[in-house]
Amino acid sequence: MADKPEKRTRMPMPEQDPQVRARNFLEVPTGYTVAMAQEEAARCLQCKKPGCVEGCPVGVDIPGFISLLSKGDLTGAVRNLWSKNALPAVCGRVCPQEIQCEGKCIVGKKGQPVAIGNLERFCADYEREHGTGELPPKQKPTGKKVAVVGSGPSGLTVAGDLIVKGHDVTIFEAFHKAGGVLIYGIPEFRLPKAIVAQEINFLERLGVKIEVNAVVGRTVSLDELFEQGFDAVYVGVGAGLPRFMNIPGENLVGILSANEYLTRANLMKAYQFPKVDTPIPIGKQVVVLGAGNVAMDAARTAMRLGADNVKIVYRRSREEMPARKAEIHHAEEEGIEMFLLTNPTRYLGNDNGRLIGMECLRMELGEPDDSGRRRPVPIKGSEFTIDCDLCIVAVGSGANPLLTSETPDMQLNRWGYVVTEEKTGKTTKKGVWAGGDIVTGAATVILAMGAGRQAADSIHDYLTIGW
Amino acid sequence: MFTIVRREEMAGGTVILNEIEAPQIARKARPGQFVILKANEEGERIPLTMAETDPEKGTITIIYMVVGKSTALFRDLKVGDGYQDVIGPLGKATHLEKVGKVVCVGGGTGVAVLHPITRALKEIGNDVTCIIGARTKDLLILEEQMKNASHDLRICTDDGSYGHHGFVTEVLKEILEQGDVKQVVAIGPVPMMKAVSAITKTYDVPTMVSLNPIMVDGTGMCGGCRVSVGGATKFACVDGPEFDGHQVDYDELMMRLRAYQEDEKKCHESYCTIRDAR
Repeated sequence: MADKPEKRTRMPMPEQDPQVRARNFLEVPTGYTVAMAQEEAARCLQCKKPGCVEGCPVGVDIPGFISLLSKGDLTGAVRNLWSKNALPAVCGRVCPQEIQCEGKCIVGKKGQPVAIGNLERFCADYEREHGTGELPPKQKPTGKKVAVVGSGPSGLTVAGDLIVKGHDVTIFEAFHKAGGVLIYGIPEFRLPKAIVAQEINFLERLGVKIEVNAVVGRTVSLDELFEQGFDAVYVGVGAGLPRFMNIPGENLVGILSANEYLTRANLMKAYQFPKVDTPIPIGKQVVVLGAGNVAMDAARTAMRLGADNVKIVYRRSREEMPARKAEIHHAEEEGIEMFLLTNPTRYLGNDNGRLIGMECLRMELGEPDDSGRRRPVPIKGSEFTIDCDLCIVAVGSGANPLLTSETPDMQLNRWGYVVTEEKTGKTTKKGVWAGGDIVTGAATVILAMGAGRQAADSIHDYLTIGW
Repeated sequence: MFTIVRREEMAGGTVILNEIEAPQIARKARPGQFVILKANEEGERIPLTMAETDPEKGTITIIYMVVGKSTALFRDLKVGDGYQDVIGPLGKATHLEKVGKVVCVGGGTGVAVLHPITRALKEIGNDVTCIIGARTKDLLILEEQMKNASHDLRICTDDGSYGHHGFVTEVLKEILEQGDVKQVVAIGPVPMMKAVSAITKTYDVPTMVSLNPIMVDGTGMCGGCRVSVGGATKFACVDGPEFDGHQVDYDELMMRLRAYQEDEKKCHESYCTIRDAR
């Protein structure tokens, strides 16, 4: 402790060696030790008006939990986290902290910000592995029943908030396992499924009921939920409709949406085939279309499944890549190549209808478009071919109409997303709230959780005061 | 768990019927809809169209041919055992309408899917002729039920061991020649639906087929089941599984159904080896 706190650099997170981890499904960062966590915690200046809290969409009391951690009260630290965030082990891992809490950390103005995400993760992991399992206090039962449709990050947040406020909460999930994108989308090496299962189990211990295999819109409608005695419904079904490129040859064997590829790998654990029954195509030469976090996840999964080479093909430049910098860095360390300013124009197949390559055009950046990003323009005559036997399409997703098309009295916008009141998440259908990707389109885990928090507050007001 | 309350073997044990307790699904299901089933923790999710539903008993019935690991695993389930997961009802229900003379064509286990649709078409007042086919007499299923569900039942076997010696398409052609057919429904192996659609197209008779592509979630979120219909990509699990037979790209569907052929074979063989060793 010779240095003054503000001069110390951030405690690095130990990680598996890139060469080794590129071929296994174990988590990449291996986590802080107690000593590492406390050394990092000591860098926090305990601001009176903390910017970091403003940067957190669910308003975690960051100086508060860090102070408890510094004092060695790890149980206190995790209970402090839980009071604002039911999923700290998840958020510590997958939040883009650089644009949220850590982006507003004062220590970061002249150096590296406090590693808030790593500390949050440490506290949650420590409690899970060594904790007492003591639950946060619950208010007395209100007798009101709330149905939460979808068990992704926003639905879990709503359930966690309302159960401690004394309401009776049931989550309806279409898949056979709860967790939404945390289970089917984000891979094991970034978010171990055992951790997600334990965070969900924490909610169940608090009293949240979870009904899996329940496809709301098919198995049961929203109106039937009200008939069954629910007083309010929260719709958090995500944006699970995969987009394709709509170019010739798209239905060749060997072209999958990232949703399908990742669902097979993560939810169905196809990387263990034939120990499990779900197969997954093993590509030797793999192309991933798109450059968001989902594209990075798909590319890194393909590498771990034994690809010789994996290419990210993206029509814009590195500047515009929507994935987190850390994810791009991890991908490149693992040997994934970036084919930037490149756009596929058609897929090439053999006589058996299997993918063997794709034709692409080189692009250059033109004038900024509506999104403010410079529009990619094809360079004439720049056609070239990339050989590949597996292509994963990760160019975004849209609103799945399965539930909304069965609910005509809930207003949608022209892209099929649910229209809600901004501050509360109220839909145009009485007693129904919505939040997360089904309102905003594909965004982040923590934004979905923020929407869940707002809706939960509004639902609580409705149940205790009125609409 | 979704408990099996009745189990029957058909077609010499190659086709199995399971009646399963699933009250929520039974309450909502309509003819033409399907469920996704998963036997156990390590199991895969596979789609099967419901052959029967009994809302009062709270059961659904599936009938499947044993063709690979998962269906072999299903076959080994006894009454009192259960499926870990059953999800549904999924897909769009059959569009049922009174149009007059209707011909329903079924092949293999497709007959099981065709049965509730045929019965419903008859109940709303159509004049229903049914043609069902199998390779040989022993493989024919639901003959009695199909007889009751239609006004006129024709049977075909490839080897001539029962009924008409030859394909269902030959009998269909005869009936179409007589005129007046307003609608054809064909459910069975893809080559059969393709052949039926080719014939009915020449007679300009609207034809509905039920497609069976590979599925994972069955709720429209992965696109694994995509098919080309009239040049547009459709997801069979939410846009179908029934489509206009004249618009379907059958060759593409057959190609896509072979995507995991080697993995499927490997998986099935190792399961049979392990089971036989017990």
